[in-house]
Amino acid sequence: MSTRALGKALVIAETLEGKLVPATLAAITAAAKVGPVTAFASGKDAAAAAEQLSKVAGVQQVLVASGAAVSSGLPEELAPVVKSVVETNGITHVFAATSAFSKNVIPRVAAKFDAMPICDITAVQGEDTFVRHAYAGNVVATVKSADAVKFATVRGTSFERAAATGGSAPIAAVAEGGAASGKSKWLEDLIAKSDKPDLATAATVVAGGRGLKSGENFKLLEALAAPLKAAVGATRAVVDAGYCPNDMQVGQTGKTIAPTLYIGAGISGAIQHIAGMKESKVIAVINTDADAPFFQVADYGLVGDLFEAVPALTKLVKG
Amino acid sequence: MSLMYRPTAAQQMKVVVGVKRVVDYSVKIRVKDNKVQTDNVKMSVNPFCEIALEEAVRLKEKKIATEVIAVTVGVKKADDVLRTAMALGCDKAIHIVVPDAEAATLEPLAVAKVLAKLHEELKPDLWILGKQAVDGDFGSTPQLLAGLIDAPQGTFASEIAVADGKVKVTREIDAGRQVVELNLPAVVAADLRLNQPRFPNLQSIMKARKKPVDTRAIDKLGVDTKPHLATVKVEEPAARKAGIKVKTVEELFDKLRNEAKVL
Repeated sequence: MSTRALGKALVIAETLEGKLVPATLAAITAAAKVGPVTAFASGKDAAAAAEQLSKVAGVQQVLVASGAAVSSGLPEELAPVVKSVVETNGITHVFAATSAFSKNVIPRVAAKFDAMPICDITAVQGEDTFVRHAYAGNVVATVKSADAVKFATVRGTSFERAAATGGSAPIAAVAEGGAASGKSKWLEDLIAKSDKPDLATAATVVAGGRGLKSGENFKLLEALAAPLKAAVGATRAVVDAGYCPNDMQVGQTGKTIAPTLYIGAGISGAIQHIAGMKESKVIAVINTDADAPFFQVADYGLVGDLFEAVPALTKLVKG
Repeated sequence: MSLMYRPTAAQQMKVVVGVKRVVDYSVKIRVKDNKVQTDNVKMSVNPFCEIALEEAVRLKEKKIATEVIAVTVGVKKADDVLRTAMALGCDKAIHIVVPDAEAATLEPLAVAKVLAKLHEELKPDLWILGKQAVDGDFGSTPQLLAGLIDAPQGTFASEIAVADGKVKVTREIDAGRQVVELNLPAVVAADLRLNQPRFPNLQSIMKARKKPVDTRAIDKLGVDTKPHLATVKVEEPAARKAGIKVKTVEELFDKLRNEAKVL
């Protein structure tokens, strides 16, 4: 790649409980394909994030916004700060790992630059060419952007995570332009505290659908998940029915996951659910209906009653 | 006109709902010869737009919204979605008509610019859009609109409450939920659990057929709607290698542990 083709990338980092989310490391890998990477940390864990980012291999510079206005991640306050960072640093590409946070911020900033954001990219083919999915993952589109500053969210499961050590980037504070605009106010976060593995990054996921028949029955999946150190996921249908909280939803409009092993029980396999897990390395499906569409994507399919099969499998796993 | 009755701004809440006509979510879309095959497939109101419409109608029923306007930016046939919107209870409908050829490449950014232009004209207190259209899956139009008009945004909304010139939005985020309070005018993006949309009854559908739709050509708006992204290629995703059926749990365990080596 000639130096003329190199852009200058900004990666908006995200943290969870003070730690960089692994998907941000994947976004850094994607960003590095277009040019040197500047990482941007903001929010209440900005300082901790900056420390971690400065050590990531491939990060050249870390910028921090730690003022009160941006501490809650409000897009109305963050967008002008990011805009200023882009303009001051000659940034040509703005990336962030796909998440509720980045989906909230990236398009708002893109609008300020008259740019069309490219959402959930799964490959970078050049500084202006990216791959993404549409129609619930049934269409793979390669698109070329004509925007002077390009904005993209990056699918965390599609890129190798940059190494967390080996880098030594300088950290600098950005100018934050004073008081909050006051157009929006953060009131509270209602976070399900959990010591269980994170659904977005667990190597093994056990997921349940309507076949579970009740929220109570998810205990069966948790019993299987525990010895496997797996995360537990759910379909949209059971979240809608109130069996599970929304952060467990896997699918086109929920989380996209790609674990090494995915076990789905009591899930028929709607297109929309498959869209969120079809990149899993190994897929095992348990369903009483031999014609369930989910068997079409399964590497191993067991036609059987999950109420017998799941406990039996748990017993075998525990040895 | 009586001087005794002077409606205050607070009593005149105007809500505009963006509605999109999309390929029905149950259709398994195919790609052939570098083209997405959408001819003759079933079309419907985008599921998230249905939720947006339902929320607006509920605001009207609660006497919080005094006027609900539905807007669609799409081909001539897209007026279907506006008929549905009016059957559900929208007072007015605006159709920004896009020529068929242009519709295929119309981007969320262009739609946001059109809506931003309408914002200047209609001056609504609240925009409610669906969070994501199930064809493009960009999930960006509400945020783009909010950015263009510099209004606060409440994305992934699972609950909204309007009071005193503000809207409290409960948002679904990756780790759970978040509550924010936005000054009006604001843009809300409806998520799945915001509500369960009703079905319009036959009588309302028949009545809606006769209601006027404000129809305008997109090129008359003075908005730049040309695409910024050129599609180099479209293709179907690589098919997974066919799997096998196992007969027992023991066999499943054996395959996962000894063949796939993932257990």
